[in-house]
Amino acid sequence: MRYFESEVVANQQITQDIFVVQVKRNGAEAAAGQFYMLKSWDTELTLMRPISIFKAEEDSLHFMYRTVGQGTQRMAQLKAGDPIRLLGPCGNGYPVAEIKGKVAVLGGGVGIPPLCETAKTLQNNGVEVDAYLGFRDVLFAVEDFEPYCANIFISTEKGEEGYKGFITDLLKPENYDAVLSCGPEVMMRKVAAMCAETNTTCYCSLEHRMACGIGACLGCSIRTKSGMKRVCKDGPVFLSTDLMW
Amino acid sequence: MKDTVKLSVEIAGVPFKNPIIAASGTFGFGEEYHELYDVGCLGGISSKGLTLHPKDGNEGIRVWETASGMMNSVGLQNPGVEAFIDHGIAEMRRFGNVLIANMGGHSMEDYVTGASMLSEADIDMLELNISCPNVKSGGMAFGIKADVAREVVTAVRKVCRKPLIVKLSPNAENIVEMALACEEAGADALSLVNTFQAMAIDIHKRKPVFNNVYAGLSGAAIKPIALRMVHSVCKQVHVPVIGIGGIYTAEDILEFVMAGAAAVQIGTVNFNNPMAGRDILNNLTQLCQSEGIADINEIRGIC
Repeated sequence: MRYFESEVVANQQITQDIFVVQVKRNGAEAAAGQFYMLKSWDTELTLMRPISIFKAEEDSLHFMYRTVGQGTQRMAQLKAGDPIRLLGPCGNGYPVAEIKGKVAVLGGGVGIPPLCETAKTLQNNGVEVDAYLGFRDVLFAVEDFEPYCANIFISTEKGEEGYKGFITDLLKPENYDAVLSCGPEVMMRKVAAMCAETNTTCYCSLEHRMACGIGACLGCSIRTKSGMKRVCKDGPVFLSTDLMW
Repeated sequence: MKDTVKLSVEIAGVPFKNPIIAASGTFGFGEEYHELYDVGCLGGISSKGLTLHPKDGNEGIRVWETASGMMNSVGLQNPGVEAFIDHGIAEMRRFGNVLIANMGGHSMEDYVTGASMLSEADIDMLELNISCPNVKSGGMAFGIKADVAREVVTAVRKVCRKPLIVKLSPNAENIVEMALACEEAGADALSLVNTFQAMAIDIHKRKPVFNNVYAGLSGAAIKPIALRMVHSVCKQVHVPVIGIGGIYTAEDILEFVMAGAAAVQIGTVNFNNPMAGRDILNNLTQLCQSEGIADINEIRGIC
């Protein structure tokens, strides 16, 4: 856990509202499913923004984000050479060392990015990975998954690309030793319920508004079967059977 | 000009090596920030707000960015006084600075029982929270009317053998009357202000952002109002005052000290810069040097 200033290498617009900012890594640690608190402002905005690790390369970290509010809109203005501040790595990622066999990573929308680094790490560990990527209409990041996945399944809500409907329609949890999920809560609830029926291990990575990002302020607490947990520090990845929804 | 600046202050007989205290609710029990820097460099730490019994806190959204600040509705999630005494105090003791236990309550009985337990424990000071806006039927209810506050402070004073700070709400009917009532009831020091009761609405959902509807506003947006309140209270009371409210910089600290504060607490700024405590302390020394201030106490209350 470090707080440091780094430099933007590139900030690429992928779709109308999806961007990837690449920053110099400066030896920072990063594990699949962890996130960083980022800010490209001084005190013009109060809070840093939690963004998951999309790719961790030797010299740089990539963060894929959707412009949804003031913070991410400011980040979208970043140019190569601009300073950016990072706090992290935050939270516990997916327990990749414990996962064996054949795995599905299933993401929806801007929940997709952390699964890319996760797929890469799992493949390095000898795990066979299938990716299930659900989009609203426009695809992104699919080619980034290709080197690490045996199969990639795509869905869009109206069928512009791939399967028409929800990505959960395509998943058969019984074919996998574990399902790793990240995306809208309604999607992860569905995945968790499907995995419960087939007794498949399922991990969900939660998104939450955060202030400190390190477990001090309790701004992101959720109720779980094992008590109150901090999404930033105890998560963001939880066993689906621990969640109450 | 001297090379060294004297930053040490004393509040109710308790020596602080500098006037910067981490504000309750923003800093946990210090351990998370201690991973980033030695939080023992701060003058003191006020613990996460405790209640007699453990609390899970509020449901729904708890933090929300606003213009030059933020709102929170955490709802005093905490492990309870007993767990704090068993585990939290030892955690905080290793930092070597002033250990302030912050405690709120839902009833007079809770305040008295919790305060007497903490009074027996290894804390340096008790900060009585009569100002949390985020807990129904409690907390701030004691911080609105001076007569109600007088009653709870009197009762706690009877059982509290540790120096007693009372943390005031800016939502008090009259902040100066409130301060005087708490002083008369036996407070050794006052800290102000807690968050301002505020509101945000999600226009897309057509609903209030927070399940409790109202939440507490903090950050730079409240600083000028907090400064005015600290100034007007300091003119009237004799006990030391700890200034709180949107302090982000060493310059802000000098403003509060010139307004009469003996020390300050920093809260929201920790979220903007997790190293804020250390950074502001370093800047404070430099600023005092460049302003020709040899001892921070010499400028207290000059405005």
